[in-house]
Amino acid sequence: MNKRTLNHPKSTTGTSRVDGRLKVTGGAKYAAEFNVKGLAYGVLVGATIAKGSIRSIDSKKAENAPGVLAVISHLNCPKIPGYAAEPAKAPIKIFYDDKVLYNGHAVALLIADTFERAQYAASLIKVEYNAQKHITSLKDNLGSAVAPPSDAEFKKGNPDAWQSAPFKVEQEYILPSEVHNPMELHAIVARWDAPDKLTVWDKTQGVKDTQSNLARIFGIPVENVQVHSKYVGGAFGSALQVWQHEVAAIIGAKVVKRPVKLMLTRADMFTSVGYRPLTWQKIGIGAAADGKLVGISHWATGQTSTYEDFAESPADVSRQLYACANLYTNNKILSLDVGSPIWMRGPGYATGTFALESAMDELSYQLNIDPVELRLINYAETDPETGKPYSGKSLREAYKMGAENIGWHSRPKKPGSMTEDGWLVGYGMSTGMFQADREPATVKATMNDDGSLILQTAVSDIGPGTATPMVLIASETMGIPIENIRFDLGDSAYPNAPQQGGSTIVSSVGSAVYLACIALKEKFQQLIGNGGTDKPDYAAVLKQHNLVKLEVVTDSKAGTEVDKYVMYSWSVHFIKVLVNPLTGVVKVDKATCVADSGRIISPKTARSQIIGGAIMGIGMALMEETVIDHRYGKVMNASFGDYHVPVQADIPQIEALFVNEPDLNINPLGAKGMGEISLIGMAAAVANAVYNATGKRVTELPITPDKLVGWGELS
Amino acid sequence: MKQFQYQRASTQQGVLEAISKPGTKIIAGGTNLVDHMKHGLIAPDKLVDITHLPLKGITPTKTGLHLGTLALNSVVSEDALVLQKQPLLSMALKAGASPQLRNMATVGGNMMQRTRCTYFYDTTMPCNKREPGTGCGAMEGYNRMHAIFGASAQCIAVHPSDMCVALAALDATVIVVGKKGQRHIPFTEFHRLPDDHPELDNHLAKDEMIIGVDIPDNNFAKNSYYLKVRDRQSYAFALVSVAAALDLSGGTIKKARLAMGGVAHKPWRLFEAEKFMEGKSVTEETFKQAAQIALQGAKAYEYNAFKLKLAPASIVEALKQASGLA
Ligand SMILES: Cc1cc2nc3c(=O)[nH]c(=O)nc-3n(C[C@H](O)[C@H](O)[C@H](O)COP(=O)(O)OP(=O)(O)OC[C@H]3O[C@@H](n4cnc5c(N)ncnc54)[C@H](O)[C@@H]3O)c2cc1C
Ligand code: SF4
Repeated sequence: MNKRTLNHPKSTTGTSRVDGRLKVTGGAKYAAEFNVKGLAYGVLVGATIAKGSIRSIDSKKAENAPGVLAVISHLNCPKIPGYAAEPAKAPIKIFYDDKVLYNGHAVALLIADTFERAQYAASLIKVEYNAQKHITSLKDNLGSAVAPPSDAEFKKGNPDAWQSAPFKVEQEYILPSEVHNPMELHAIVARWDAPDKLTVWDKTQGVKDTQSNLARIFGIPVENVQVHSKYVGGAFGSALQVWQHEVAAIIGAKVVKRPVKLMLTRADMFTSVGYRPLTWQKIGIGAAADGKLVGISHWATGQTSTYEDFAESPADVSRQLYACANLYTNNKILSLDVGSPIWMRGPGYATGTFALESAMDELSYQLNIDPVELRLINYAETDPETGKPYSGKSLREAYKMGAENIGWHSRPKKPGSMTEDGWLVGYGMSTGMFQADREPATVKATMNDDGSLILQTAVSDIGPGTATPMVLIASETMGIPIENIRFDLGDSAYPNAPQQGGSTIVSSVGSAVYLACIALKEKFQQLIGNGGTDKPDYAAVLKQHNLVKLEVVTDSKAGTEVDKYVMYSWSVHFIKVLVNPLTGVVKVDKATCVADSGRIISPKTARSQIIGGAIMGIGMALMEETVIDHRYGKVMNASFGDYHVPVQADIPQIEALFVNEPDLNINPLGAKGMGEISLIGMAAAVANAVYNATGKRVTELPITPDKLVGWGELS
Repeated sequence: MKQFQYQRASTQQGVLEAISKPGTKIIAGGTNLVDHMKHGLIAPDKLVDITHLPLKGITPTKTGLHLGTLALNSVVSEDALVLQKQPLLSMALKAGASPQLRNMATVGGNMMQRTRCTYFYDTTMPCNKREPGTGCGAMEGYNRMHAIFGASAQCIAVHPSDMCVALAALDATVIVVGKKGQRHIPFTEFHRLPDDHPELDNHLAKDEMIIGVDIPDNNFAKNSYYLKVRDRQSYAFALVSVAAALDLSGGTIKKARLAMGGVAHKPWRLFEAEKFMEGKSVTEETFKQAAQIALQGAKAYEYNAFKLKLAPASIVEALKQASGLA
């Protein structure tokens, strides 16, 4: 891919998603759409207290309502075999005992013959509680935070060095908790085919993980569990684990001896499938007059539940991004009477960069050094944490490309000094980074005598259009048109693949596809013998040898390169905002996002990834926030009317640019992930632009008009 | 779910008869009513669908413009007469909800829509409006969207409509009909403050229906503006909104109309501030002083204190836009 065409703003270069048509025509079938024979419908009842125990459950009225098949709770739930072996800290064990661990914790499941009847009857169940005093506020309880089991503090040099630097910033930041709100609600259809044989159609980011977890929980052999999840209507981490509603539907199907469908409501999405944890952070950063960093210290405390120690370690980025002799990071967690958080796009780094890159911006104004220049002055040539070389890093070029594209030179040097049509103008920028991994993956590749190539692996596609790059890799490697290639995914029957999460799929599965194709070609070479062409007419060769197909199953995984290098993808975000000087309304006027993520395999879907991440970042910066009424420990904005994500009107033209420099140290394709980096750093870039426009630094997201209106206050 | 009857009315008389029985609700576009049923806030025995009555018209009268109660929000906002005579109304309508919703929503339904207070919507929470006597969940809870004017110890909710803010500013009149005949209610007196009866949003009697709204002609068309400040650029309720309409002669304000949304249990007309501006010249200073007058008596709660700043700032911005000073 030529760089000029790849990065042209109006570029439509590249193959469209191979499943695009199915998705926009309704041809793609999602978990909740599998209306198997004999289906019954489950509806969950959530606790209305945040901590305590269930005193009684009166389900008489519900059981007598029309169409009701069962009401299941801890009072009558069949034993779930795997629960006995669960460690002390583990995901919720549904219907296990009378304990209520948070407001919304599912306490009963009602199953009826139609969804409407189930919903109505569920509303008739009366649950009485013995409430205990709960604690749900992070801000009021920061002092009780502890180090997570997995994470110690990190020290390099003198942790207090920043304090004695001639220029320094000390600042606290709050990132509110953000809820997973993919378009598709979490849903499962569960069917027992025999007492020890289970089939589920489920929303999951990893069919193999779901398969093995369900086998463990229900005490049946792994091969007796089939998981189908061909299409996923978006998932940003919420489908990385088996949740209580999945176990509930499966146990429900056992009780009523019919398949059961259970789809969460939008409100349930706020309590039942994790979220990005509300996090307090503090940064101390110091520099010399020439901009060279003297020290960075970063403290972070994120909320978790009482039953799991979830930690996303946001402070880590401060020991990884800039060259600096004195580094200190300290991650803590605080247990509250809330549901557990879970990974969410750019976990840790999206939160951590908001603090670090806001602090860098603040420091740049103190030093009177251009924010981009300050980053270049402190550019890390080797990993500050380990001293190892990078597998590949072209971040310098990314800064340059982004600055040029947005017109960085025209930014107001003095905050609040530029207007356009009465609106204040501001420019801001930020860096993003995320580890680049390569996980083990296996692909089965079959060439048929009609010339079609079938690739199979148990990866999910949570939205990026995974099949598209895979087909492109195979097409290029085999020398056949993409129309002749089919990529089968999302089924536990296929060979092993990692969960789709952490931006690893092109690197992991893409490499496996590539290696499988190479192996397949070698098999053909063996048939043809010496002197044959590298890309023969496969169908003709098969026919010639009286074969209907030729297949290979190829494993792929990382090697010793992981010990030699540290591996990251990088991003740079440049933002122009307009701020109304009276009302404090912020409009993002332009966004330029540059990805340094190795070779770009599929330009069109890559561009979509960047645009999607940028939009999510605008939401993080300007609107997303979960609100809890601490008197009840309950989320009070659990709807799309009250919890805002961006709409079209909030989104400007977004330029997605790519450095497109292959990183051949990580995998044979030279490609690294970009799902996370598209988001990571966005919030800081917007906040920094708002500062440049107004002179007001907002350190608690989201930047809603109320946070800015104060400075435009009437005399 | 609870079964209910559905009746399609073909005459006004039919509607009046139907609503004289308890448990019967009028349904127009259904965009608010059906939500209430889904959330379990109401469970009517019967719905009477009025959308087949001949009340869709937007017609000129001797003194102004008449909107039938069934005129769709989208149709009114694009109507040539409305755009020519009352552009403020069009702006306010377009600032509300989404195109899909405006295609269903009616004039009467918009007026009758109920508060968006999250405690009102959550049946596990106390709420005097939903269940009188249970207390007000918002008073000491998450009250960022709530009132700064005219609240009571019982309820601090706001009326969520944009359209109504414009109609209040434009001196409109509501025409309602009941068994005893028609009544004309000044728009500013249609909705009510919560006082001791937060369960009542307005002065429409249980056995009455709205049939339309009259808007008198005026000289505001050239200098009106509807400003809606919200958490995102579209599809969000107002933090505060301002309907500003000016009748200017040279640089002098002959007449002014000013109303706010998102600040009270009803569209909040600012008579004092209007009076202050009349005869004054068009300057930012005039607008600032008007904004200060407008804010007299405002009272905030834990999470909505910002409205004490945002409301005056928005008044100034709206007046600047309306007068062309911006
Ligand atoms: C997601 C969402 C966002 C929204 N955003 C906004 C916004 O930003 N700004 C805004 O202003 N509005 C907004 N709305 C509200 C919308 O404007 C109202 O739902 C709509 O105007 C109601 O009109 P309707 O015809 O659908 O009323 P219905 O839902 O049919 O009825 C509402 C009420 O009015 C009563 N009623 C209807 N007609 C009559 C009559 N003629 N006489 C007596 N009673 C009657 C009904 O009995 C019912 O109680 C939003 C709504 C939704 C769902
Ligand atoms: S403000 Fe009014 S609507 Fe909201 S909880 Fe209080 S009484 Fe109910």
